[in-house]
Amino acid sequence: MFIMRILKNDPGGQILMSLLLIALLVVPVLNLVVPESSALHLSTYSVTLLGKYLTYALLAVAVDLVWGYLGILSLGHAAFFALGGYAMGMYLMRQIGDRGVYGNPVLPDFMVFLNYTELPWFWQGFDMFWLATIMIVLVPGVLAYVFGWLAFRSRVTGVYLSIITQALTYALMLAFFRNEMGFGGNNGLTDFKDLLGFDLHADSTRIGLFIASALALGFGYLVCRAIVKSKLGRVAVAIRDAEDRTRFIGYRVEYVKLALFTFSAALAGIAGALYVPQVGIINPGEFSPLNSIEVVIWVAVGGRGTLYGAAAGAVLVNYAKTYFTGAFPEVWLFALGALFVLSTLYLPKGLVGVLKRQRASS
Amino acid sequence: MRHWPKILILLLSLLFTQTDVAIAGDDSLHQIQVLLISNNFVEKTQAVSLLALHSHPRTEEILKAFLEGELYYRKSDKLLLIAKKQGRQYSISDALTGDELGVVKKREIKKIRSNNALRKKIRIVLARKELNSVDPTVRYQAVNAMLGNPDVGITSQLQDRLKLERDQKVRNILELALAITRLEGGEKEDRLSAVAAVSGSLEPVIRSKLESIVVDDPIEEVRVAAKESLNKISAKLQFYSFLETLFFGLSLGSVLVLAAIGLAITFGVMGVINMAHGELIMLGAYTTYVIQKAMPEFIGVSILFAIPAAFIVSGLVGILIEQTVIRHLYGRALETLLATFGISLILQQAVRSIFSPLNRSVVTPDWMSGSLEINSVLSLTYNRLYIIFFCLLVFVILFLILKRTSLGLQVRAVTQNRAMARAMGVRSSWVDAMTFGLGSGIAGVAGVALSQLTNVGPNLGQAYIVDSFMVVVFGGVGNLAGTLISGFSLGIANQFLEPWVGAVLAKIFILIFIILFIQKRPRGLFPQKGRSAEG
Repeated sequence: MFIMRILKNDPGGQILMSLLLIALLVVPVLNLVVPESSALHLSTYSVTLLGKYLTYALLAVAVDLVWGYLGILSLGHAAFFALGGYAMGMYLMRQIGDRGVYGNPVLPDFMVFLNYTELPWFWQGFDMFWLATIMIVLVPGVLAYVFGWLAFRSRVTGVYLSIITQALTYALMLAFFRNEMGFGGNNGLTDFKDLLGFDLHADSTRIGLFIASALALGFGYLVCRAIVKSKLGRVAVAIRDAEDRTRFIGYRVEYVKLALFTFSAALAGIAGALYVPQVGIINPGEFSPLNSIEVVIWVAVGGRGTLYGAAAGAVLVNYAKTYFTGAFPEVWLFALGALFVLSTLYLPKGLVGVLKRQRASS
Repeated sequence: MRHWPKILILLLSLLFTQTDVAIAGDDSLHQIQVLLISNNFVEKTQAVSLLALHSHPRTEEILKAFLEGELYYRKSDKLLLIAKKQGRQYSISDALTGDELGVVKKREIKKIRSNNALRKKIRIVLARKELNSVDPTVRYQAVNAMLGNPDVGITSQLQDRLKLERDQKVRNILELALAITRLEGGEKEDRLSAVAAVSGSLEPVIRSKLESIVVDDPIEEVRVAAKESLNKISAKLQFYSFLETLFFGLSLGSVLVLAAIGLAITFGVMGVINMAHGELIMLGAYTTYVIQKAMPEFIGVSILFAIPAAFIVSGLVGILIEQTVIRHLYGRALETLLATFGISLILQQAVRSIFSPLNRSVVTPDWMSGSLEINSVLSLTYNRLYIIFFCLLVFVILFLILKRTSLGLQVRAVTQNRAMARAMGVRSSWVDAMTFGLGSGIAGVAGVALSQLTNVGPNLGQAYIVDSFMVVVFGGVGNLAGTLISGFSLGIANQFLEPWVGAVLAKIFILIFIILFIQKRPRGLFPQKGRSAEG
């Protein structure tokens, strides 16, 4: 009932939800039930790939919430994604236990290698899944809250805000590259074994992670959609279009921005946490400013300010990336570059805009 | 033509005198050789004295080899040799001519032995030879080499030389060398005066000598004086290390300014976020590489050709970008960011496809390598020095273009109020294209400078783009002088933080500082004033 009300007058969202539902039903069957010899069989590799796209889609939805509806072009959302990923990675590292190369029951391999004698304080408790789950949301959320509180209160907007978000993720990248930080430095966290007792390399676990990603995207989308439809969402759009005017009318612009920015960061953290067990590694490269810009591109290609467009853009661009980097590695950067240029020049509303225009004219 | 006979006579006379000397030289050389080979140390000493007076160009080498125990003679023909041990054999060369004579076994040659008295004599002879050289730098180096191991026998020579010496630099170091000899021996007054004389000198020898005096000297007064002297020296050292850090900071700052100043124009003046700026820098660096490849014989001047070439290449690419993409996106600042980012990817991949993804090395011309030695603890490398001057030069030129030319006037007009400028007859689209070309061209010039400091590769631009944005934002958008000051201050701050916390943390601190700074002053150090401020 509730879901129906949220999705009313949202054909794009309805399509997205239906597709997710179909994927949830079909993918496990194609992977687990259909025999490998059959042409219809979906390899575990493809399932993991799809799951990865879905976490990217969730990240894109989070970015679209603040960019499309609030006008904040964040060039640092990959930082929140990566922080969520690191929180999950820390849990997975602790789960390895004494199965590491050095066989230390408490310390992860890289700590033994770097001559740690005991677990640093910020690693304490990460062997408990519930704490890791809280941290996945809390760490990006708190960072976004503090950062936003500083930035929005002093009315840093537009280009300046974009650039300091970029500075944020750049600084984090440099910090995580340091061995002294206690997060594995250059190599990051990897060589995970299992999650909640399930073997990460098993097909069923992969399917489980895929389902979790699909559900997360579904719920994430619904919550974002609910926010956008609420009064808060309308104020957000007002801020996007005329910030000063909204402020003069009497709304506390900075609180609205802070609330949405923090929520968006937490959502990005969840996406990161689902991403890490599927790709099996998290390293400081995820913080690179380039990644954040790429996310923005997915949103732009799909269609900014629609949420479902962002999700579609993320999946499409990443599918293209997988295809091109495999088939014509030389061409991929040309294609991606051209995509950025052409989509900003000719598709100001993204693919969604094109579809809408076609439907309107027919 | 009528001078011919005279010249002929002159040449002939020269020829004859030359041969005379040569014959006489051969004679005495033979005598020296006989004396050296003898087993009698008195005769050997005589030989050294004769060598000292001889004008043969290799006397110094022979004496040095003798001092090092590398002077031998061949048993078969008594030929004087310089032999160096190579494993179990000796590689030999003719002592008088320097010709390599190959490798021989030990039993074919015999060492010419020396004793302490003889070695002392040789040292004095050698020192005198160098001390009396015509070239003041040779004299300086001779004394400088003695600073570490002053020989008592040389002291009187140093004193003699000091009486004659005219060159101030050599005089100073002579006095220093004499002071060291007095520090070691001598009476209390001598030592005290010596301590006073060396105070303020930065030579490491003197520091260690003073340190040992502070610990060992029997007389309290001398110890105190030495301690004071040492304190003065360490204060001076601190000052010079401060200067050195400042210099490194300035050179890093110049790199930042060079990278950012083109961006300050396109970003500040036009409100366009050009993410391809780093790649325009990269194009400049690759232009340098190509020009060096095209003229391998003239590496030294190639860089001077590279500067205008890089300006033109990057400038034209910039104008192309402006005409094809950015022109359609004015007023949509955030979207230019995405489009130009796409262009940066295309440029990167293009360079990768053309020049391979590997780094290319650009040769540093001779006149840019080496360093300027201020004193024994402070030396400034030439390439950093040139970068600082180059940065200032580029800045001044750019400043003049914007303040003194009609293009600059139009650029400023369009920046402040586009509509009004157009109404007054300024072709704003032309101005935009030119401004973008100018900013991009400067990026190319920055690339030439960077090619001398770092590897030239497809990722060169990315490494600088975030830094450049920080510099522009910190300085205040639309303000060239702000960019200069912010670049230098960030560079200097970075260098002063580095010894404390390490390179990476220093950079992180700077980034955090900028993030916090923007909160306090959202429009940078030097915000634009007036109506354009709200733009």
